[in-house]
Amino acid sequence: MRAVIAEDSVLLRIGLVKVLEMAGFEVAAETGDAEALLAAVAAHEPDLALVDVRMPPGFTDEGVRAALMIRQQWPATSVLLLSQYVEERYAADLLAGRAGGIGYLLKQRVADVEEFIDAVRRVAAGGTALDPQVVSQLLLRRGGGIDPLERLTPREREVLALMAEGRSNAGIAAQLVVGESAVAKHINNILAKLDLPQADGDHRRVLAVLRFLDGTS
Amino acid sequence: MGLSGALRRTTRWIAGHAPWSAWAWRSTAFTVAALPMALPAAAAFLFPKAAALTLFVLLILTPLLTLLQRSRFRELLEREIPAVSRGQRPLRPSALPAWLRAESTWRQYGYHLLVSPLAGIGGALIVLAWACGFAGASVYGWSWMLPAEYGGPGWTGRYDTVTVLGALLLLATPWLAAALARLDAFAAAALLGPNRAKELERRVEDLAESRADVLDAADLERRRIERDLHDGAQQRLVALAMNLGIARATLTDLPPEAKAVIDEAHREAKEAIEELNSLVRGLHPAVLEDRGLDAALSGIAARAPLPVELTVELARRPGPTVEAVAYFVVSEALANVAKHAKASRCRVDARRDADLLRITVTDDGVGGADPARGTGLVGLRKRVGSVDGTIVINSPLGGPTVVTVELPCGL
Repeated sequence: MRAVIAEDSVLLRIGLVKVLEMAGFEVAAETGDAEALLAAVAAHEPDLALVDVRMPPGFTDEGVRAALMIRQQWPATSVLLLSQYVEERYAADLLAGRAGGIGYLLKQRVADVEEFIDAVRRVAAGGTALDPQVVSQLLLRRGGGIDPLERLTPREREVLALMAEGRSNAGIAAQLVVGESAVAKHINNILAKLDLPQADGDHRRVLAVLRFLDGTS
Repeated sequence: MGLSGALRRTTRWIAGHAPWSAWAWRSTAFTVAALPMALPAAAAFLFPKAAALTLFVLLILTPLLTLLQRSRFRELLEREIPAVSRGQRPLRPSALPAWLRAESTWRQYGYHLLVSPLAGIGGALIVLAWACGFAGASVYGWSWMLPAEYGGPGWTGRYDTVTVLGALLLLATPWLAAALARLDAFAAAALLGPNRAKELERRVEDLAESRADVLDAADLERRRIERDLHDGAQQRLVALAMNLGIARATLTDLPPEAKAVIDEAHREAKEAIEELNSLVRGLHPAVLEDRGLDAALSGIAARAPLPVELTVELARRPGPTVEAVAYFVVSEALANVAKHAKASRCRVDARRDADLLRITVTDDGVGGADPARGTGLVGLRKRVGSVDGTIVINSPLGGPTVVTVELPCGL
């Protein structure tokens, strides 16, 4: 698998290269701004672009905009965005188009290397990785008015949040320290209560959940 | 003692107001100095055929005459006529229209045209009064010089009467001069000086402008600090935590003590990131700039430790300063709710009606929030006041607490 990195802090870039190599990626290009990133993606058509949200010249949401362009023009390239703060609004933009192959994590998650590598692999394989903070913002956004989420039990809410983060049944089970069959049962209940299609496969299920949270379903 | 004291005071008073006292000379000099300054206006009255020209010349001379008059008041009467602050001297052609429109220009013109000639006549009268006083009081000293056929004291009848009248005139002239000076000063204060109401109006404008500048500067400074921390300390800490994470993941054959130290450092670094993040976030969130209040508020609502229901309805974005204040208000209010209210839920409502941004934060907590106490609420009030906003805190004991903030965003 090949990856390109866009991160303006040299210090972090060195670390990210190291982590990606640990995850078995070949780093095809390292860039420091959105323009160079798009050029690198065009040149290498990598499996994954690891992108900082805030980059020169404006230091605002350059990474998000670049990610949206990549998703439109190079559908084969997955994008994992890193940011000091996660914003539900950016997440909504990122999830609005073609779903899958997208990740949006707090920068500090790279410190937990194994989990981060897990997320990187998931996104590169066309899956999803949303930061728990994004998910809680999406859940909040969804709140207000008559809310089908109210029908969920606290445990089901936890499972829903983990599903939205993009985790597999096994991942959820490990996180909650329960068996996979218990997780499967929770998930069925959640999908039924929220009127979501019983999708087979982690990926389509995640999409349904995200569409629901994003309010676009 | 009382008698001698009164005597001393009386003597001093007489000495101070005698025709030879400094006071008398100052008043005289002041009134007489009005004479030359009255000449331009006098020309307008003396040559009515050329009035158009002289009136025009007088207008051109107005700034100079005002300057001279002010120095006459300052040097001779020790009275300061404050200068009108702005747009006064048509030094640059571009300032001319404003100068012509300024009501102060025409007040000054009025002084130079009407008051100044009167003051000049007054000055001439004072000169005449001194002359007659001296002449009369000293009549015995020079009457022998008069030609014989003119002889005799004329209508006054006798030379001794003339002497007394002259002396009285000498005593009275300083008072007359002082009275004239007073009238002149009164007119000058009204016409040459600044108009108080206008001046206050302008001062308020200046203050509003400079306050807006200060606010903008503070806002800019917060953004700069946020940027510096983001580019510097935050990235370094993340890199540090990442390297510790890599060490933890790769150095598996370390002795348990070393492993424990790395684990500890790793955890510390992650906590430092969290702490720094929430500090920096409070300075100025980047998303506020990009996406506005709605996006920024949903961020803080999500991070709040209790469920927050958020409604934001803004047809148009307010200015950046108002947005920053609104963001700060909600973030402070939510922090207060979390700290003190013991609430289970909270509602944040932000909507813009025309030029007013109204924000209400309602919680179902225990109430009893005292706006006068607690730095949080005081800070809120100050920040809201800085943009001429209002804040009302309704918090009966037992709750609920409703904080209503209104921020004008017309400009």
